[in-house]
Amino acid sequence: MTEPNAVERNAMGPHAVGTGAAAVGLSVAGGTLAEPGSAAPYLIEARNLKKYFPIKRGLFSRVVGHVKAVDDVSFGVREGETFGLVGESGCGKSTLGRVMLNLKSATAGEVRFEGRNIHALGPREMRELREEMQIIFQDPMGSLNPRFLVRDLIGEPLKLHTKLSSAAIDDRVVQLMELVGLDATRRNRYPHEFSGGQRQRIGIARAIALEPKFIVADEAVSALDVSVQSQVLNLMMKLQEELGLTYLFIAHGLNDVRHISNRIGVMYLGKMVEVADTDALFAKPLHPYTQVLLSAIPQPTLRGKRERIVLQGDVPSPANPPSGCRFHTRCPFAQERCRAEEPALLEAAPGRQVACHFPLA
Amino acid sequence: MAQELLEIKDLTVGFLTEKGFVRATDRISLSLPKGQTLCVVGESGSGKSVASLAVMRLIDYAGGVIAEGEVHFQGQDLTVKSQEEMRRIRGNKITMVFQDPMSALNPVFTVGEQIAESLRLHKQLSAGAAWSRVIDMLRLVGIPDPEVRARQYPHEMSGGMCQRVVIAMALACDPELVIADEPTTALDVTVQAQILELMQKLKREMGMSILLITHDMGVAAEMADRIAVMYAGVIVEEGTAEDIFERSRHPYTHGLLKSIPGLSGERGTELYAIQGNIPRLGELPAGCRFSPRCPFAAERCFREEPPLLPTPDGHRSACWLESGPEVKTS
Ligand SMILES: Nc1ncnc2c1ncn2[C@@H]1O[C@H](COP(=O)(O)OP(=O)(O)OP(=O)(O)O)[C@@H](O)[C@H]1O
Ligand SMILES: Nc1ncnc2c1ncn2[C@@H]1O[C@H](COP(=O)(O)OP(=O)(O)OP(=O)(O)O)[C@@H](O)[C@H]1O
Ligand code: SF4
Ligand SMILES: [Mg+2]
Ligand SMILES: [Mg+2]
Repeated sequence: MTEPNAVERNAMGPHAVGTGAAAVGLSVAGGTLAEPGSAAPYLIEARNLKKYFPIKRGLFSRVVGHVKAVDDVSFGVREGETFGLVGESGCGKSTLGRVMLNLKSATAGEVRFEGRNIHALGPREMRELREEMQIIFQDPMGSLNPRFLVRDLIGEPLKLHTKLSSAAIDDRVVQLMELVGLDATRRNRYPHEFSGGQRQRIGIARAIALEPKFIVADEAVSALDVSVQSQVLNLMMKLQEELGLTYLFIAHGLNDVRHISNRIGVMYLGKMVEVADTDALFAKPLHPYTQVLLSAIPQPTLRGKRERIVLQGDVPSPANPPSGCRFHTRCPFAQERCRAEEPALLEAAPGRQVACHFPLA
Repeated sequence: MAQELLEIKDLTVGFLTEKGFVRATDRISLSLPKGQTLCVVGESGSGKSVASLAVMRLIDYAGGVIAEGEVHFQGQDLTVKSQEEMRRIRGNKITMVFQDPMSALNPVFTVGEQIAESLRLHKQLSAGAAWSRVIDMLRLVGIPDPEVRARQYPHEMSGGMCQRVVIAMALACDPELVIADEPTTALDVTVQAQILELMQKLKREMGMSILLITHDMGVAAEMADRIAVMYAGVIVEEGTAEDIFERSRHPYTHGLLKSIPGLSGERGTELYAIQGNIPRLGELPAGCRFSPRCPFAAERCFREEPPLLPTPDGHRSACWLESGPEVKTS
């Protein structure tokens, strides 16, 4: 839904650090917070994060309401893992990813990176943090400036954030291109001379140029041809292993998310409704929406057809979400309580959380 | 063998460009038995939409030229018909559902008026009879409160609802053939599930045939009786859904299925990947179009283009390999 804008395209630039971000919430002293018993500490964590977009009408652009794109979301991504974020169009995945990177300000709540509240950082600290956090977009063409040579596109973050000489930058560009499987002799060409899959490799090379710790991949393979998607997924897995990357992997196709994610979060209308280890989620979804979503995706095989649960109705508008549980208007199990009371995201089993009054047994 | 409703023979459709005449489809042959669903699958630019627009002769309006071949529909060759004659067939015996429902609907008329209009045109129904059929059709495609909804404009409805309206319109005249080009690609997955279910149900109840174009092998697995796989303007493999999913013979089909995550291999392990990229139309390789990417390519593959020939189990594949890819990859 959301295309990268100039600010995001330039996310690595010193002038684009989202300084407008309101420093909300109190920064709690202390280091990285880990869930008790979890395998690794959280590298990045959202706490009660909200992002509302004003809906404006009329001559004086009066604010008549808000799209609650992200509404009180808390979750964490552990160091070295891939956290998959799934949900239907408009549920707030991209917005959540961008607020986590401070490419968009938060309306309320906080994002902690290595224990520090990033929305409370000064411009200089934020600039340093930018080097640690990067994004890969869905549309490689829209996120690459068409008037830049590939060498400059990949070298730009190095130029902005390091003191490397141009010869050293060029060496590094060659290394990066080889690392992502591009022919480095083509570095003096423009992005349109590359295929979609190759352009996505350029975007990836650019994203890893500063050796970040954390990468948000927003539908990074969705726009690619099927036969090229697995090439790019392989590359992302290889880089994760070699560079120790942590990914927030946003997608609406479930097969690729399942393959690459250690854990998965399911969103519905601005809410996180379930978080679980990938295998546990697919073996047994606890939230009725997760169950529906898993069953709705057509599987490319004739064997072992799953029983499909077909929902009634469409996804309601996030400007005017249903009361109580937001899924109650379409949920096959909804009771009176679901209309009245909003379920909190609670621990249902070790390492898994669900927001439902009547989770599936 | 079932009776063929649609038979495409050696259809070549192309465009005049600065590079000369480029063939978006190159001598493709396909047949669709009555009452069945034929899925045409393939990646972006493989020629799926061009082929379907040529069947409808809408390609004339898109700047395309049918350079060769025939399209037999109920025994008549559509490629030689005038647009005047085609107008009596389109929207009546053959109807179409596109990816973007908004482009198929006129924003200044209510959805009910639009469906009624085609009924008056093709079926010479009175206004009253047309309107009651409109309500029936909207109800059939699962639109709640059809009497109210019929009086609404497209922008007052969600994308999924609009696609149901388009399907209602496509079915109102009781067509023999519905051509659906990525009808669910723009929809949410839960809404896609509703629409696919609806199309299955309507096909059973109304007995029409469906030519379904998709790039999603999952959608094909769910919907298809028969499948044709296109690559760079040609059909590389064609057969029943079982032939394609269980016994694919062509290295491209085989690789495409193998590269889908989750079907083979363990989570987090390296995925099978077809190397390289899809060739551009003006820069097709010599010989087999898949040869630069094919792990099995032999010397002959780079010289001679393989024709679509019967396989030992009776489906068709355009590949010089004698034993099929299964044997060599395991
Ligand atoms: N800049 C903006 N101004 C107003 N509303 C916005 C803005 N960006 C996003 N929204 C709205 O916020 C909601 C969440 O959008 P978002 O792009 O985060 O969804 P998504 O889950 O990424 O969807 P998709 O799968 O289509 O990419 C949507 O209703 C969207 O219309
Ligand atoms: N009006 C046109 N003029 C020139 N070339 C065209 C035109 N329309 C289509 N083509 C070319 O014909 C080829 C086949 O296009 P087509 O739209 O049939 O692909 P497709 O298989 O439907 O792909 P997609 O999955 O992206 O819809 C493409 O290379 C395309 O660029
Ligand atoms: S003909 Fe040759 S190159 Fe083409 S698919 Fe078959 S083996 Fe591969
Ligand atoms: Mg998005
Ligand atoms: Mg198309």
